[in-house]
Amino acid sequence: MAFSSWRQALIQRLPALLVGALALVVLAPMLVLALAWRGDESEVWQHLADTVLWTLAGNTLLLLVGVGLGVLLLGVGLAWLVSTQEFPGRRFFDWALLLPLAMPAYVLAFVAVDLLDYSGPLQSLLRSAWPDFSGLNVRRAPLVILTLSLVLYPYVYMLARTAFLAQGRTLLEQARLLGLRPRQAFWRVALPMARPAIVAGLALALMEALADFGAVSVFNFDTLTTAIYKSWYGLFNLNAAAQLASLLLVLVLMLLGLEAAARGRARYAEGSSRPSQRRRLPGAWPWLLTLLAALVFAAAFAVPLGRLLYWVATSAWRDLDQRYVGLVGRTLMLGAGAAAVTVTLALLMGYVRRHRARRWVPAAVRIATLGYALPGSVLAVGIVMSFSALDRSVHQWFGIGPLLMGGVLALVLAYVVRFLAVAHGSVDAAFERVRPRLVDAARVLGASPWQVVRRVYVPLLTPGLLAAFLLVLIDVMKEMPATLLLRPFGWDTLSVRIYEMTAEGEWARAALPSLTLVLVGLLPVYLLMRRIRQANR
Amino acid sequence: MKAWMTAGALALATLMTACDSGPTTPEVVVYTSRGDHLIKPVFDAYTAETGVRVRYITDNDAALLTRLESEGAQSPADLLITVDAGNLWQAAERGLLQPVDNAELKRAVPAHLRDSELRWFGETVRARTLVYATERVQPEQLSTYEALAEPEWQGRLCLRTSKKVYNQSLVATLIERLGEPEAERVVRGWISNLATDVFANDNAVMDAIAAGQCDVGIVNTYYFGRMLRDKPTLPLKLFWANQGDGESGVHVNISGAGVTAHAPHRDEAEKLMVWMSQRQAQSLLADGNLEYPVNPDVPAAAEVQAWGHFRADNLNVEVAGQRQVDAVKLMDRAGYR
Repeated sequence: MAFSSWRQALIQRLPALLVGALALVVLAPMLVLALAWRGDESEVWQHLADTVLWTLAGNTLLLLVGVGLGVLLLGVGLAWLVSTQEFPGRRFFDWALLLPLAMPAYVLAFVAVDLLDYSGPLQSLLRSAWPDFSGLNVRRAPLVILTLSLVLYPYVYMLARTAFLAQGRTLLEQARLLGLRPRQAFWRVALPMARPAIVAGLALALMEALADFGAVSVFNFDTLTTAIYKSWYGLFNLNAAAQLASLLLVLVLMLLGLEAAARGRARYAEGSSRPSQRRRLPGAWPWLLTLLAALVFAAAFAVPLGRLLYWVATSAWRDLDQRYVGLVGRTLMLGAGAAAVTVTLALLMGYVRRHRARRWVPAAVRIATLGYALPGSVLAVGIVMSFSALDRSVHQWFGIGPLLMGGVLALVLAYVVRFLAVAHGSVDAAFERVRPRLVDAARVLGASPWQVVRRVYVPLLTPGLLAAFLLVLIDVMKEMPATLLLRPFGWDTLSVRIYEMTAEGEWARAALPSLTLVLVGLLPVYLLMRRIRQANR
Repeated sequence: MKAWMTAGALALATLMTACDSGPTTPEVVVYTSRGDHLIKPVFDAYTAETGVRVRYITDNDAALLTRLESEGAQSPADLLITVDAGNLWQAAERGLLQPVDNAELKRAVPAHLRDSELRWFGETVRARTLVYATERVQPEQLSTYEALAEPEWQGRLCLRTSKKVYNQSLVATLIERLGEPEAERVVRGWISNLATDVFANDNAVMDAIAAGQCDVGIVNTYYFGRMLRDKPTLPLKLFWANQGDGESGVHVNISGAGVTAHAPHRDEAEKLMVWMSQRQAQSLLADGNLEYPVNPDVPAAAEVQAWGHFRADNLNVEVAGQRQVDAVKLMDRAGYR
């Protein structure tokens, strides 16, 4: 009897304990980075402060503000269009506007520079038309911001779209009955209701922009992340790099704090969710919407895809051999596996945060989602250091090992640490929409926590879970630094191939793995969007 | 939901199969920053000849060094193969490599292209020199790296970013030869002569010169060779820098290898390194990327020889490592991004 009640207690506490353990796993690499503060690197700091640091800080701020505005405008605007307006091609754009997600930022950056640079086709054409045309400099903030916005808006688009669809018809109808115009209904009802989802997407996009190294280095646009790499690659000072990285984390924590403060204690729950009736604007307006969506789609996806195709058709196809089958297989397998694990953990976190909350849980959740804000290679290094240390002590005590390094487990764990925030953002936004009363009812009727999750949450959360799965899957497929550093022998993926070609400056040859990656990404986007659509019915 | 379960099962299966059984054939494990497309043909040839299996991981230099360092004595790596002497010097400094005293290796690799304590050896040589637009520049106008800082090149120079180790090594050599103040004057001169912001890679520099955005730049010769393969009519030419009497000669660097400090297959690693310094592998290594063999007895590919002969700087390439930090700081001060 005592035993069974003890077991009962354990089962009750297990979810919370798991979340705590998860936070520890994420914390390990960061602690390793924090240990860097033991070293005195004031000389490097002094040098950076004397030379580049303030420029870099300014650039970083500019990038954050620019990309923030960019993804909000594109993400929220387009999500609102496809979920509430009727226009030619809507069904296609509905899922197609997500496709830029499959386009790695560094690939879009390179294509942009290739097409728009002084020596590129556009400016060459302008010069032949007007010989005294002096040229535009593409290595400046506006194009960097535009590129990152076009790659990152899908995070906001996806979460906002899910939220708008879930609001359903009733709400907006009530708003209209109360005398609000469509525009007022959007600003006063739909937008505030979707705010948790939008802010979650925005936070993801900003963290990604903050940690980006690939795209900014194509433009040679210097940010704080650049300083991290300069300290590490140039000054051979990993300590200083880690210190810089942990400062970056503090910046992110402040951002997240702002978000939490902005959200306050507001909780959103759904009315009925009959799908909304889409409006059809009079006259030529619908076609204008089509044009808008088509422009974004072309700039973020179709044109770069065309450029990649051209390169592959003219030269890069020579690299195609049967090894590509393995590359694609491994890329998908790692992506799906890591996404399944990550989403499961995010689901658990969302549940625990709401229902089994000890006082330390919210903090643990915060920590567990920090991995996304670190530049990929810095996190990868933290993981290598902490895993190696663990392996060493296991070897010392038990004479076996290495357990982690060189195995797939290490790589999957790295993905979890890096992308938990992505899954959490989407899953948590979905949690916001579950009516607390439903859960209370289930608990009163004697359901165990596991049953509540399985029978109340999962059905209601399916769209959000699928969205999270998709985002993480694509992110893992694109991930480069951790994959490079932690993959076991023979576990090359498409992004490894892209790295090898781009490291040699062979961008045209990198087009083949890049194109393959984008095409492989198409399938899950299409399938999951269909499933999400069904789940929303 | 079902699909999700399947994915989870897949993930588990993946984790299960990750533990592979111990090797029975002799093997050697390599960490390398040379891309798969450059290094695999070399390893395949070695396996075909000796039956020894080569397992390898590719990544960038800094990451590989960090991985080696954190794995410590448990590292599976036997051999580190990277580009740029700066990286090799750094690995040796941190105690990640062990000396290999092998007569055959010392015969094949000239003294200034290997570590003075024999912890690493060059495999291929790359030259970093001037490239110019044949339509707008006469070769007589060109002379040295330093001369590109003169006012006559105002608004006519294109450079690659200072973040690339190749430029850091070039500036490190300038510091060694000219002293820090003079080297800084030269770099500042370059920056004031720039036609536009610096580029992310050598190819972009050459594209800009070909398109008329600038007239002269500094590139590694193999990038030039690769570009020429794609666009044979390119109006660009290489100019061998610093060939005058008393001048330093063309700046060269290496790709190279060293046996790791805790190599489980130390002897196999040494054998592979020796094999790579000999004729067949030298041609494979160098020609595959249009570089120069480090072994003076092995001729470069005809395509490479067609660019003409030059006198190389005979400064020990270790300088690139020793002075790298100084070089990076100098470039930061000079506003070279």
